[in-house]
Amino acid sequence: MGKGIWPVMKKELARFFKDRRLCLTTLLLPGLMIYVIYSFMGDALGSQFTVSEDYTYQIEAIHLPDSVAEMSEELPVQFRSIDPSQQADAMNAVQNQELDLLLIFPQDFDAQVAAYDVSSEAAAPNVEIYYNSAATESSEAYDQVTALLEAHETAIANKFDINRGSGTYDLVDAQDLAGMTFASLMPMLIMIFLFSGCMAVAPESIAGEKERGTIATILVTPIHRSELALGKIFSLSIIALLSGLSSTIGVLLSMPKLMGGTDISMTVYGLGDYAMLGLVVLSTVLLLIALISIISAFAKSTKEAQTLIMPLMIIVMVIGVSGMFGEPTQDPLLYLIPLYGSVQSMAAIFAFDFNMVHTAICVISTLCYAAACIFVLTRMFHSERIIFTR
Amino acid sequence: MEEREILTVRDLCKTFTLSKRQQKIEKTHEKKKKAVDHLSFTAYEGEIFGLLGPNGAGKTTTLRMLATLIRPDSGDAWMDGASIVTQPELVRRKIGFLTSELKLEDFFTPNQLFQFFGELHQMSRQQIEQRRAELFERFGIGAFAEVKVANLSTGMKQKVSIVISILHDPSIIIFDEPTNGLDVLTAKTVTDFLLELRTQGRTVIVSTHIFSLVEKLCDRVGILINGQMIVCEPLAELTKEKCLEDVFFDIYQKAAGEQNG
Repeated sequence: MGKGIWPVMKKELARFFKDRRLCLTTLLLPGLMIYVIYSFMGDALGSQFTVSEDYTYQIEAIHLPDSVAEMSEELPVQFRSIDPSQQADAMNAVQNQELDLLLIFPQDFDAQVAAYDVSSEAAAPNVEIYYNSAATESSEAYDQVTALLEAHETAIANKFDINRGSGTYDLVDAQDLAGMTFASLMPMLIMIFLFSGCMAVAPESIAGEKERGTIATILVTPIHRSELALGKIFSLSIIALLSGLSSTIGVLLSMPKLMGGTDISMTVYGLGDYAMLGLVVLSTVLLLIALISIISAFAKSTKEAQTLIMPLMIIVMVIGVSGMFGEPTQDPLLYLIPLYGSVQSMAAIFAFDFNMVHTAICVISTLCYAAACIFVLTRMFHSERIIFTR
Repeated sequence: MEEREILTVRDLCKTFTLSKRQQKIEKTHEKKKKAVDHLSFTAYEGEIFGLLGPNGAGKTTTLRMLATLIRPDSGDAWMDGASIVTQPELVRRKIGFLTSELKLEDFFTPNQLFQFFGELHQMSRQQIEQRRAELFERFGIGAFAEVKVANLSTGMKQKVSIVISILHDPSIIIFDEPTNGLDVLTAKTVTDFLLELRTQGRTVIVSTHIFSLVEKLCDRVGILINGQMIVCEPLAELTKEKCLEDVFFDIYQKAAGEQNG
């Protein structure tokens, strides 16, 4: 008993370490993938929450006290004093992301603070700061100004409050909230779901058929190679789309729970938004299926195809994650980059920052790339090396 | 009556590039291997033509070229007038090709596969139904028509493969090693069927290295060694003095001697 363990272990370890591909995918790729994705996420996160150094915060204040005005000179922010009658307009401007912050101080704030007795049970003077969490600049301005006021509050023995009570100071509206949430999450999730759907069917359909010898049986019929390539890609795309749709519906249904009960809903998007999203997703699926099919055609087996597809999976994940941060790009040329353009287009649609020209560039270029891939796949079906390599 | 040429092969050549692994297997440092070397022969309507040769002689490569699965480097072949180089789709309408390498999807039933391949051959629904009834009865597949291929016996799978390969009623049938791996009963069904095809006026090209099969089936024989057609004669002529096996080894030793010397 026990003498057989070592030979079995040796055989298993030899099987693993002598298979260079298996070693690569099991030992090297996971670490590399995590390093690339996490590094990218770190850089992207840093850039998302950093406002450009050249940016000038738009902050307005009602009853701006001299003490705060003096303090603000130490910060890269300038308070613009407005009349109380302009309060409603200023709040609308914050909501529409045209103004970063609105501060409302009690009238004679400095005098009230000076007179306030901390030991009394009376409410301290309260400073209201209205902001919009959907805008990075507004959130950043809120953090800076709050920090400034809190430092002042501490220095004068807590003689005033900031945003006391349960008032709504975050003026983000349902559309902005949904836009921000969906734009940061959905492009990445949709890309991953679509890729998973494609991965589930394409290697089996191309490499699997090669492996089993069934593709050659089809090739001895009068069917054109291009018909075979198109037939496979269209049918696989439908399956991948349905798979992606199923996953996406699951995410949308769970979104309120995922966001901790926040009231966000896909009903903020109109039919036009969904139609554009559909076009972007459809073209993306065709390209993904075509790419995976080409890689699968090179492979001798389904297993090998899945191994060969790993680098593409890393690229797709990194591109998907890139959509989570920052605002959609405004450079039309970047929409020509396959898959990246799709993620940016989806982010723009979800963020209500949709641009017809950008989406058209993305969809048309993606369809062109897919057509080129289908052409390559057709040529590959003509190649005896590809079809008969098993 | 003059025999009608239905398959004309002229100067067919095919060279493969060997990978390092293949060089190791073949024990050679050559990077290229001539699989088929200026091959020419003719097959006539209503005959069974046998391609006989050892492993690696180029039989399968020749048949794959005739079936338009791979393109020749040079030369051409005409199947009932259609060129394998310039009219591959037309050739595929005229031929039925069966080899042990070609497999059927395990997930589908014979009925589903018949329908699928019938559509690929652009047959009408009526033609498909008629041909299905005829062939399923001939091969005794009817009872298994709705059973997934995965659950069929090896013999029944081979029968389904044969039926699928000839469902479009081709005038030329190409079989690569038709009885390889079959049990005796299924092998007999296959050989009987090939003989039946001949009586129907079809031309059958078979490749094999089994002498008894050639003696039983073939009207004419081509002996292929190292990609070259060494002999192409009627079986009766070839075996006038010796049995086919002895004739083959005489030819093989002579050819091997010449190629080495």
